[in-house]
Amino acid sequence: MTSVAMQIFWPFGLFITMLFIIGIYCVLVTYNLVRALIGIELLIKAVTLLIIVVGYVSGHKALTQSLVITMIVIEAVVITIAVGVVLGIHKHKRSLDTRMIRELKG
Amino acid sequence: MNMVILIVLVMAALWTVMTRSLIRSAIGLALTSAILTIIMFRLDSPLAAVFELSVCAGLISVLFVSTISLTHALTREEILKHMKERLHRFWFLPLIIVVAGIVLSFLSFKLNIKLPAPETEKDVRQVMWNLRHLDIVGQIIILLTGAFGVVILFKEKVKK
Repeated sequence: MTSVAMQIFWPFGLFITMLFIIGIYCVLVTYNLVRALIGIELLIKAVTLLIIVVGYVSGHKALTQSLVITMIVIEAVVITIAVGVVLGIHKHKRSLDTRMIRELKG
Repeated sequence: MNMVILIVLVMAALWTVMTRSLIRSAIGLALTSAILTIIMFRLDSPLAAVFELSVCAGLISVLFVSTISLTHALTREEILKHMKERLHRFWFLPLIIVVAGIVLSFLSFKLNIKLPAPETEKDVRQVMWNLRHLDIVGQIIILLTGAFGVVILFKEKVKK
């Protein structure tokens, strides 16, 4: 990677790492299912930004944009299904606390 | 200018995680998406930015807000109990972020990665429909899977 490309990439890389840490911390520490999903969303946002920045630096903007669009579609579907599962759990347990969900009986 | 936007992005993400109310968290996530959209526009990726704004800042936020309103609200006692717990669990996060920021800003990596030659196709549509057409098929399959998944998840039991 040339020094110019590195100079462009590095500040973004730093903040992407921070965003990733925030997402991982949220997923690891929270007991609330909705907040865990929000943490996953933040992780996906960090990856999205990374792909866009890499495309900008390497000059493959069109390819990275198409990858990001695919990623956004997958993200939306995953969150929709996850929200459905969370609502199903809430219907059965009347709680979103992960400490209350200890059995896998259907 | 990019630095300012990136700082605002991380602040919005921190607020999303740290705030007590789930609704505020969902709004914070929408705000983070909107700021990410601005960064994408600045990095010459307008089509991805439009998708990010409409799907992530719009649709997914609506999904989260609807989920939060469909689940029951906590009582005052539960909120007070959760507040104390949350403070114990989350006060590390700003500290970790500041330390990580300082450490990473002093590091200077020299990556010896050979960048590929610049692309020949400049148009996203060309890439999507000619080069990555299998992705489109995958997207259709995933969308259909999602639709069937939602149908199965919210299926009402037939009363006999």
